[in-house]
Amino acid sequence: MNDLTYISYIPLWAVLVSLAAVPLILMSSRKPNLRETWTLLAAGIKFLLVFSLLPGALEGKSAVIGLLEISPGVDLALKADPFGVFFALISSGLWMFTSIYSIGYMRGNREHKQTRYFASFAVCLSATIGIAFSANLLTFIIFYEILTIATYPLVIHKETREAIRGGRQYLLYTLTAGLLLIAAAAWTYMATGSMEFKAGGFFEGTELSSAAMTTLFFLFLGGVGVKAGIMPLHSWLPTAMVAPTPVSALLHAVAVVKAGVFGVIRVVGFVFGPEVMAAHGLNIILAVFAATTIILASLLAFKQENLKRRLAYSTVGHLSYIVLGAALLTPSGFTGGLMHIATHATMKITLFFCAGAIYINLHRENISQLNGIAKIMPWTMAAFVIGSLGLAGVPPVNGFVSKWYLAMGALEADQLVVLGIFILSGLLNAGYFFPIIHRAYFRKGEGLKGHKEASALMVVPLVATALLSVLIGLRPDLFFHIFELAGGIARSITGVVP
Amino acid sequence: MVKNAPILIPVVYLTACLVIALIRPRFRHFAYPVTLVAVSLASAISIGMLCLVIQYGIMRYQFGGWVPPIGIEYVIDPLSGFVLVVINAVACLVLIHSLNVNKVEMDQRLVPYYAVVMLFMLGLNGMVLTGDFFNLFVFLEISSLAAYGLIAVGSKGSAFAAFRYLILGTVGASLYLLGLGFLYLKTGSLNMADLAAIIPFVQPQKDPALIIALVLMTTGICIKMAIVPLHGWLPDAYTLAPSVTSSLIAPIGTKVAAYVLIRMLFGVYGVDVISREFPITFVLGWLAAAGIIYGSVMAIAQTELKRMLAYSSVAQVGYIGLGISMANPLGLIGAVLHVLNHAVMKACLFLVAANLRIQTGHSDISRFDHTYRVKMPWTMAAFTVAAISMIGLPPLAGFFSKWYLALGAIENSQWIFLGVILVSSLLNAVYFFRIIEKVYMKSPGDHAAKEEPAVKFGSVEPALSMLVPTIVFAVLLIGLGLFNALIVTRLILPMLPPGM
Repeated sequence: MNDLTYISYIPLWAVLVSLAAVPLILMSSRKPNLRETWTLLAAGIKFLLVFSLLPGALEGKSAVIGLLEISPGVDLALKADPFGVFFALISSGLWMFTSIYSIGYMRGNREHKQTRYFASFAVCLSATIGIAFSANLLTFIIFYEILTIATYPLVIHKETREAIRGGRQYLLYTLTAGLLLIAAAAWTYMATGSMEFKAGGFFEGTELSSAAMTTLFFLFLGGVGVKAGIMPLHSWLPTAMVAPTPVSALLHAVAVVKAGVFGVIRVVGFVFGPEVMAAHGLNIILAVFAATTIILASLLAFKQENLKRRLAYSTVGHLSYIVLGAALLTPSGFTGGLMHIATHATMKITLFFCAGAIYINLHRENISQLNGIAKIMPWTMAAFVIGSLGLAGVPPVNGFVSKWYLAMGALEADQLVVLGIFILSGLLNAGYFFPIIHRAYFRKGEGLKGHKEASALMVVPLVATALLSVLIGLRPDLFFHIFELAGGIARSITGVVP
Repeated sequence: MVKNAPILIPVVYLTACLVIALIRPRFRHFAYPVTLVAVSLASAISIGMLCLVIQYGIMRYQFGGWVPPIGIEYVIDPLSGFVLVVINAVACLVLIHSLNVNKVEMDQRLVPYYAVVMLFMLGLNGMVLTGDFFNLFVFLEISSLAAYGLIAVGSKGSAFAAFRYLILGTVGASLYLLGLGFLYLKTGSLNMADLAAIIPFVQPQKDPALIIALVLMTTGICIKMAIVPLHGWLPDAYTLAPSVTSSLIAPIGTKVAAYVLIRMLFGVYGVDVISREFPITFVLGWLAAAGIIYGSVMAIAQTELKRMLAYSSVAQVGYIGLGISMANPLGLIGAVLHVLNHAVMKACLFLVAANLRIQTGHSDISRFDHTYRVKMPWTMAAFTVAAISMIGLPPLAGFFSKWYLALGAIENSQWIFLGVILVSSLLNAVYFFRIIEKVYMKSPGDHAAKEEPAVKFGSVEPALSMLVPTIVFAVLLIGLGLFNALIVTRLILPMLPPGM
């Protein structure tokens, strides 16, 4: 076991670098350019630090660092295992794009309190990386709660009545979830004497009855399921769309919700473990919730007139793809689910960037107002098309790759129903995205004269993430070795070579 | 010198009290420095004693060389040493803060006020120091009488609140004394260590008198501790008392009562009697749980910051009671840790309330808006930190006491109590985020038209003597959270009573 871990401070620096940027950001609130420099600098350094952990993660090694004893016998400890590196890589990588985009968005919209915005964003990223690198449940909870609190100022950023209501709902859901998670962690600790995440789980050989096991699983599910948007715990997410678009893009498509999904996989693969899950039928509970969410969210997405809300429901659906993939408990299922964390992130962030660019440029939020906008915003809409195609599962965009493995996982587990759900949902995705494309390209627009493409600070990031989506679709192992990493994690959880 | 250390704290306070009382009204501002010297000396002595106790074991001081149980003795063990440090250190910061507050609120009465503060501290310290139940009663009366006085000098209605506290407090003290009478009749001793050795031979389960003594004394202490439904005196007393009094009594007053409860239940009667043979902890647990919910719900309903904090205290004392009632190591760790954490949190919050009252003339929640944050950023930052800690979010201090309480509840399979701990966190979130939302977001335009905000100093950050203690408390909350394991293993584990 020891040859699989090595001591390194890099995970700690990766967490702290954006936290260190916070005072700098606060101090330079009068000089916007300097302030944004700090954000970009922190984003860049953070990504490089995480990236430097990749070679070790590819060999299956984990960088560990114990900081201090936070509760007798439990350390505040960071462990950059392959799964953590995988998630951290995606979050920190996309933070760079979002930072550039944020500058364009916030200045384009002349938003107030930008300093608070950038500072909170930096704290969020610290918490996200902390979640990724948490070595045990208690550390996980600490960063999980920090993420909750740090996201709150971003959700209520507009300070309108609607934003404050959204913020209250957000807090109600996420704080309750945090409490359930605390209860679950405490119970786990009392039952097993451990909180250390371990590939394959650490619940084997405990004396809990099946009923207690199921209750405990529901506590965990309530804890991480809220951020993962599993129905019926999803309704904070569409409400939280009152936040500025970059927040929706990074946090509500990547960092926060993926932290929830990350938590689900941690619980499934690293706390309970596939064998215990299967032995107590917990995977079936999870699969039923996830499958229902996929279908319902896709159907609800049709009803949404507001572009961002439609994207939010689409996010809810896609998050459950990942959960469903994990619930299959097969190597390909895990691989597909993990891949979907990455692929959905790049695609959905592109779509949100597009929605934000349209909003800043034309002040239009509703789908019915999007007629003919492709003529004036060709780059934005091209990126939107790529993202939509990807989410519907059309090759060569990366959504195809993850769906392929999810489908394989369903076949491995002999779950034809699950396969059917994936296919049906792909069609539904096409159903709710293509009308938008149709309007943008083939209908005549009104009142578009005098408007041009959005500012380069927004267009460049969204085109870049769209290209990234295609690139990952064509060569998943290019640069970041996402596929290799996902496969390795799936092997470590299931103990099977896919 | 070291041998005589335990007696030094009462001597310091008593001397300070006499010195202050002799100050002529013309020189009344000298009362403040004398108070500070006394309380910092006491803090230093208690920290020193705690270190000694942790290193070398229990310290005993016998009065006049009379050997207990004939004579009275002071005992410093890890538990009493810990509580001493908490009350003296917290009081020290609160009293540093008191300079400007008292100048505004009671300029003419500084001399008697600080003299009574010294008596109050003497009483509390004595209750913790003593190893004798009757001596404890004497100090209890000293601290209570001083507290009535400290409350009664407040705003309109405070005399009534103090009178109410006096009636209830006296009932509590009388119940305690009555119980003590039974105990003395049956065992012939008043010394705690001595009683602990005698009681197993008397077999309390067969002797109703000892049980009655237990019940009477517990009830009496619970009044002092404000366990629901015996909390009636608390909300008015905390709200109407002068700012310094409430920030002094709220963090440490009820904690000392909690200490006495732990001493009596675990130190004298023992775990077996109170949890198995005569399960008084069962009743205590349910009352505490009810108190947690009741206090939190009532806090939500309040529109005045200090009154809200007072009800929040009722709830938080419930946590301590709940931890004690679990009668297992984890629960007790949670309770003792919460004594510390809640003292710091509540002190911080009451100091914020005092800052608001001095700078703006009120602490009425409905009038808060974001100018408060703009004008007083540090005070409000401290408030936010303390509020988040009260809600119990990691890594702040408040989380960890709840964490141990949750672990203790699970160990006893008390699922309802676990639920209560979690639900009350949410209720805490409701009443604190309501304020945070106002302070950070509500635009002042909403009510500026209706009334002119009463401003005394101009709404800016208060003087450094007020700001620094507030911020120190907030920073302490972060430190206590991160290093709680150190506190638990070094300080709290050695104080667990035998049999756990």
